[in-house]
Amino acid sequence: MEHYLSLLAKSIFVENMALAFFLGMCTFLAVSKKVSSALGLGVAVIVVLSITVPVNNLVYTYLLQEGALTWTGISGAENIDLSFLGLLSYIGVIAALVQIMEMFLDKYVPALYNALGVFLPLITVNCAILGGVLFMVERQYNFGESVVYGFGAGVGWALAIAALAGIREKLKYSDVPAGLQGLGITFLTVGLMSLGFMSFSGIQL
Amino acid sequence: MADVTPKSVLTTPIFQNNPIALQILGICSALAVTTSLGVSMVMAFAVIFVTSLSNFFVSLIRNHIPSSIRIIVQMTIIASLVIVVDQILKAYAYEMSKQLSVFVGLIITNCIVMGRAEGFAMSNSPGLSFLDGVGNGLGYGFVLMVVGFVRELLGSGSVFGFTVLQTVQDGGWYVGNGLLLLPPSAFFVIGLLIWVMRSLNPEQVEENEFQMKENTQPKEAV
Repeated sequence: MEHYLSLLAKSIFVENMALAFFLGMCTFLAVSKKVSSALGLGVAVIVVLSITVPVNNLVYTYLLQEGALTWTGISGAENIDLSFLGLLSYIGVIAALVQIMEMFLDKYVPALYNALGVFLPLITVNCAILGGVLFMVERQYNFGESVVYGFGAGVGWALAIAALAGIREKLKYSDVPAGLQGLGITFLTVGLMSLGFMSFSGIQL
Repeated sequence: MADVTPKSVLTTPIFQNNPIALQILGICSALAVTTSLGVSMVMAFAVIFVTSLSNFFVSLIRNHIPSSIRIIVQMTIIASLVIVVDQILKAYAYEMSKQLSVFVGLIITNCIVMGRAEGFAMSNSPGLSFLDGVGNGLGYGFVLMVVGFVRELLGSGSVFGFTVLQTVQDGGWYVGNGLLLLPPSAFFVIGLLIWVMRSLNPEQVEENEFQMKENTQPKEAV
């Protein structure tokens, strides 16, 4: 249990997706003008990450890993190594899951569907999702760990985008040099935030 | 884009319409892989390769893709190209692929590739799309190389691994700026680069949502 708690804290703060690994930056910078929309996107990322990371963990363990096809019982299957198909299958799983979730939400939870709006399909191309999956594979998490990691990584990302949106809402009232207006000053702000988050590094719980 | 000539398609994305500085596309990898110039260059070439070829292939079959599944089709093309790059790097430049770690895989979700496939290749001929891909890849590579150059030169006093500024540790005079080796510095360098580019091209400056009121009395400004 302690192991899982420490992994959760680590994935939220120490290895924050947005501020330590710079994943999902495109949406991070583009959709952080308002706190409300940033929160909507944050929730969507949490949901998608906590589903896709475990599912891709299963795909990797039972289909792609070297010797993963042993359970089929076909002779010679234990020598098959499909890990080079990894990228293609992960992105396929992510795209399919996002699509399914969109249809499911549209039918059963229309309120949330309308709130998330255009952000849901955008999540397919959010590097934070694929990055989470790739880190999960690289660090060889088991199923339980991957559930915790997916959720934690999502929460960390949502936290970061909500914080940045809060700062930007205040920032638009300040007098910024013309060339730095908009994107430039946002970059500098995120740099400072990320310096702050670096103080978490090395913390062991 | 008003006039679509091969030359304009190739050159505008480099300065006038830079994918990173202006379109906010493909920033994730720009930040993480720019600690040294060599790595930035490999990454830039990988992205130019993937963007140009994916644009070309998407454009070739653009009239046969039903629009409801076009995202998946584009994704498949891009993912296959990235797998090719990944395998080549693993085979011939293993050290480099270790340094780039997951970021080669993340080219798939690099918004430049997807954005150009969706925004340009779906409505233009294969040849033009190919050039557009090369142009955008070059624009991306340009920013990457500048950031990599600044970070490696000022951070560890070298360019492409060759010592230019002899650091104090090796008995020289230059005290390396450790901040530039840390990831957040990439934000500062890109932020300042955007400032420079926008000062040179004032029409790129974003409009402020709230205009500051002029000071009515001179002493207020003090």
